[in-house]
Parts: sequence; C-alpha cells; structure tokens
Amino acid sequence: MIYREAGQFKTSYASDQAVFPIVQDRVFVLAAVVAAFVVPPLVAGDYWLQAILIPFLIYALAAIGLNLLTGYAGQLSLGTGGFMAVGAYSAFKLTTAFPQLSIIAVFLLSGLAAAAIGLLFGIPSLRIKGFYLAVATLAAQFFLIWLFNKVAWFTNYASSGTITAPDRTVLGVTVTGPNAPAAARYVMALAFVAVFALVAKNLVRGRIGRSWMAIRDRDIAAEIIGVRPLRTKLLAFGISSFYCGVAGAELVFLYLGSAETLAFDINQSFLVLFMVIIGGLGSILGSWLGAAFIILLPIFLTRLPHSLGLTMSVALQKQIELMIFGGLILFFLIVEPHGLARLWQIGKEKLRLWPFPH
Amino acid sequence: MSDLLYMVLVAPFKDMAGAPAFLVEVLIGGVFAGLMYSLVALGFVLIYKASGVFNFAQGVMVLFAALTLVGLLERGAPVVVALALTVAVMVGLAYAIERVVLRPLVNQPQIILFMATIGLNFFLEGFGEMAWGANVKKLDIGIPDRSFIVRGVQINELELTAAVTAAVLVTLLALFFQTTRIGRALRAVADDHEAALSIGIPLKTIWVVVWSVAGVVAIVAGLMWGAKSGVQFSLSLIALKALPVLILGGFESVPGAIVGGLIIGVGEKLGEVYWGPLVGGAIENWFAYVLALAFLLVRPQGLFGEKIIERV
Repeated sequence: MIYREAGQFKTSYASDQAVFPIVQDRVFVLAAVVAAFVVPPLVAGDYWLQAILIPFLIYALAAIGLNLLTGYAGQLSLGTGGFMAVGAYSAFKLTTAFPQLSIIAVFLLSGLAAAAIGLLFGIPSLRIKGFYLAVATLAAQFFLIWLFNKVAWFTNYASSGTITAPDRTVLGVTVTGPNAPAAARYVMALAFVAVFALVAKNLVRGRIGRSWMAIRDRDIAAEIIGVRPLRTKLLAFGISSFYCGVAGAELVFLYLGSAETLAFDINQSFLVLFMVIIGGLGSILGSWLGAAFIILLPIFLTRLPHSLGLTMSVALQKQIELMIFGGLILFFLIVEPHGLARLWQIGKEKLRLWPFPH
Repeated sequence: MSDLLYMVLVAPFKDMAGAPAFLVEVLIGGVFAGLMYSLVALGFVLIYKASGVFNFAQGVMVLFAALTLVGLLERGAPVVVALALTVAVMVGLAYAIERVVLRPLVNQPQIILFMATIGLNFFLEGFGEMAWGANVKKLDIGIPDRSFIVRGVQINELELTAAVTAAVLVTLLALFFQTTRIGRALRAVADDHEAALSIGIPLKTIWVVVWSVAGVVAIVAGLMWGAKSGVQFSLSLIALKALPVLILGGFESVPGAIVGGLIIGVGEKLGEVYWGPLVGGAIENWFAYVLALAFLLVRPQGLFGEKIIERV
C-alpha cells in the first residue's frame, strides 16, 4: 500500500499475532466490510446483485471451504459438488418440515449435515492419499447425486425432481424464495461469508490450521511429532464440508431459487477447485480472488466481443472459456503456484517500497 | 428384515442359476465393457509408469484423437492417410505437452502435476471442439454394430472386435516394453528417474515417446468408443470410468489395467442387472467407484501395484 507502518511497534504477543497487525490495514478492511454491507444494496442494480455479487459471495464461501481441505490440509477433493448438494437438500427438507425454524438456523444445520457426510467420505483419507483420495471423493460426488436423484423423499415427492426455495424471513424481511429482493439476499449471503471467512482465517492461524499444514507438508513427520492424522484429517473434511454445505444451501435459496441435481454435478466440483488453484492454494484471500475471477471471466467473455462489435456463437464462447480456464490453471501452476493471492502480496510489497528499489 | 436379506443375498443368485444363458450374456457384456475401460486405463498406466504423472487428460486425449480422425475422414482423406496424420498429431501433442507442461514442472509434487493435467484436460477439450466442431459425429470403421448368436448367447460383433484389439494392443505393448531398447529405457525411467539419467538415458525423449505411445493408445480407444457410441463430448467422461479401473488394478501395472477393467466391467454389469432394481437402477455411475473404494481400504496399492513404502 502507499502507506508505511513506521512507528507501529508490537509490544505484546496479542498485537504481534493479530490478523491485521498494521492499523491502516485494519481500518481499510473494516471500512471495506462496512461498505460491502451498505453500498451495493443501495447503489447496485438487480443485474449486478443477481448475476455477479450474489454468486461471487456464495462461491467464495465454497472456495474457502475447499481451500481449508485442499490448500491447508492437502487432501485433494473432487466431491465439492456432492457436499454442496447435501447442504442444499437438507436445507430444503428442514425448512419444509419445520417452516417456523429460522432460515439462519436452517443453513447452519444443513452445513452440519454436510459435515457429517463429509466425515463419512473422509474416512478413506486415513488409508489412501493423493490422487487415490481424489478418486475416492469422486465416489462421494457420483453417489450423492445419484441418491438425490433416485430418492423422491429428498424433493418432497415433487414430480419435476426440483427443489424450490420457499419464502422465509429474517427480522421481517423476506430473504429467500422468489419474492425476496436481491438486496436482501445479497446482505444475507454477505453476512454468512463474512463471518465464516473470519472463522476460517482464525482456524488456519491457530493450532488446528497448523496441524493441517503439518499433515499437508509431510504427513508421516507430522504424525511422529504428535499430530494425530485421524482427528486432523477428519476435522478438515468435516469443516470443509460444513462450508460447502452452507454454500450449497445458499446457492439454491439465495441465488438459483430452484434447482435439481444437475446444479451440483462434477463440473461444479471442478469450478470450485479452479477457484482455489487460481486464487491460491492455502490462502483465504486467494479463495475470494479466485471466486471473483472465475465468476467474472465468463461475463467478461460474453461482453467483450459484443463491445468490440463482433458476434461470437455461444458454443465458441464456451470453448474459448474452457481453453482459458485450462490455460490459466497450467499458467498458475507453472509460474505462480500460489495463485492470485501471491500476486497480490508481491504487488503490495512493491508498493510498500515504492519509489525505492530496496 | 429377513425379506430384505433374501432379496439382497439369495434372490439374485437364484435368478442367475435360473437363466444361465442370460447370465453368460451379462458376463460377456461385462467383459467387453471392461476391455473398453482397459483401453483407456492403459494410457494412464503407460504415462504413470514412465513419468509418475497421473494424467487426468487421458480421456480428453481419446476424444481429441477421435475428433481429429473423424475430422480428417470427413474432409475426404483416405483411412490410412487419416490414421497416419492422427498419429502425427498425437506425437506433436506429446511433444508440446512435454515442452510446455512437464518440463517446467519437473520435481514438483505429484499432486501439482495431477492438477496440471486437469488444466490440460479443459484446455484440450475446448481446443478440440473449437478445431473440429462440437456436434456428434459418426465414426464408421467398417465393422457393423450387429449381433450374432452362439449357442443361445448374443455376441456383438463390434464389441468382439474391440476385445480382440485390446488383446493385440496389450501384447504389442508388452513386447515393446520387454524386448526393445526404448522399452527397456522406459522401464528404467519408471524404476528410478535419477539412476536412469545418470546412465545416460535422455529423460525428455523418453517422456515424449511415452506420451506419444499413450496418444496412440488413445487413438485406438477413440476408434473403438467412437464406433460404439459416436464421437462426442461425453467420450471424455470415460476417463472418469477408467479411474476406478486403475485403482483396482494398481497404477503401475499393465496387466492390472486389464484385470481391473474386467473386474469393474463384469461387476458393474452384474450389479446393474441383478442388484440394481433393488435400489431403483442406474447404479452404473457410482458402483465402480464404491467397489474400488472398498477395495482400496483393504489394499491401498491396488491388485498389482507396487507396495507403497513411506519414509519421512
């Protein structure tokens, strides 16, 4: 940044370990969060809220969840879509069975349901590692989607096989369902992701996060120095699935309005994985950047030929999108394995010294 | 409860014993399907053996090869020329992959390379469809998709051809690995990269060779799958079907890919026909994974894989 932290001395462990040790950073982030709550609902139109900001917030939550598991604990998972589906379907079942239950509680409970399923499918991670585990999580993906397709109980025996978000209110304002204003849904999504991002940031700084990283970096060495692999890995699976579950519930209740299992297929898993890789493995900030990037890229690609006066067929656009995604994954893995988050950090360092070279 | 146990444990076997011809038909169908999976799995094994890369993009390579072949045929190239050109394209692709993806990522953890091939997967998918069009194409290789009946058992001619092709391919690969100079070099590299380098085996050439061989295997798989169900995007998804085959057979073993394919193929068909109706059908999508997963818990390195030894 353009400011310098000269004169800010850390005189206690607490100030040394703070999330934002520099006053300016703290003020800036606080102001940004407040602005995020206040400005877009007043200023942004429905298109911005509905097409960009709401999916961005929801995917940011899912990306943080996957980043905890893959970036911090080092367990590659391709089952994100399945865990999100668990969250969405349990939220639907809960809120239709207990309409008087607060929707916030419903989201949290469906996160817990997803966490339980995540724990179950995390058990093989004790025996198998690396891409063997990735294949095992694919089992979760395919099995869960099949289950929600086959068992009509999950959709309350709807003949179309879709789940539709009913109207639910928080403090008298409708936040879910077809009648909810986009601004209300936006604030709801923002509140969740803000709180859970803070929780995640503190998790990865603390004992749990350190044990995850120890397991990621060298699991046998970690076990020898007393990190228990069983608890650590399962905790990562549970917490990650909780995040994904809440994100899945939000995806249906705050964004899509209604959905079938197709919304949670394997492509969803890859999409979230891309956010994590491009944003930066092992970085909470990276999850935000990655989500923003992946949400904005297709919109940008739709707009660009239009504004240049060219016409591009939808198929061609889709193909170019695939190529750019794939190319960027390769690019980031080769050139900057720590993703956008690292680029941000480098930029910050440069600005801090600017205009001096050292 | 006892009804349920009866339905799960007794009734399917009674059905099997009651109609042996049908059972044989199901088994043969499973064997053929399994060999088709094995064709794809072989490509994975080759690359994994030689470079330790788990190539997620193998399925897309199959699609890409099939698309190229069909595209050339559609433009009026004779079959032999089209095949030769497709082989040339796959070799070129192997060279490009080695140059652009593998070389900069040398010495990275395997999981990073795995994710890189996921990126490669998406890139090739977009590229192939952009170059050759995304609509479903028919691939006619002159083998009719009809069935004949031997002693009351239906056999599909196309599937039989695929099975024979797979067998021939595996034999050729085995000969290639065991007897040729380059095959020996490949096995040396698979054993130990550094030792192979130190006795003068050029690692980069070996990688190009092995990715090319995998590309040729992909052409064969693309031919068979394309003739069976048309050349289309879903072809790339068979890679996902080949994963449980690999896990079952072990990543480093060519025979493992075949045996794993057979077990998955037969298990899947039996499960679908005899146990599927109990849970509402369509279990083919995940059954193979659960089978492989259950197997992994007992034997993490697969049937024929090398024992995993962990050191700090």
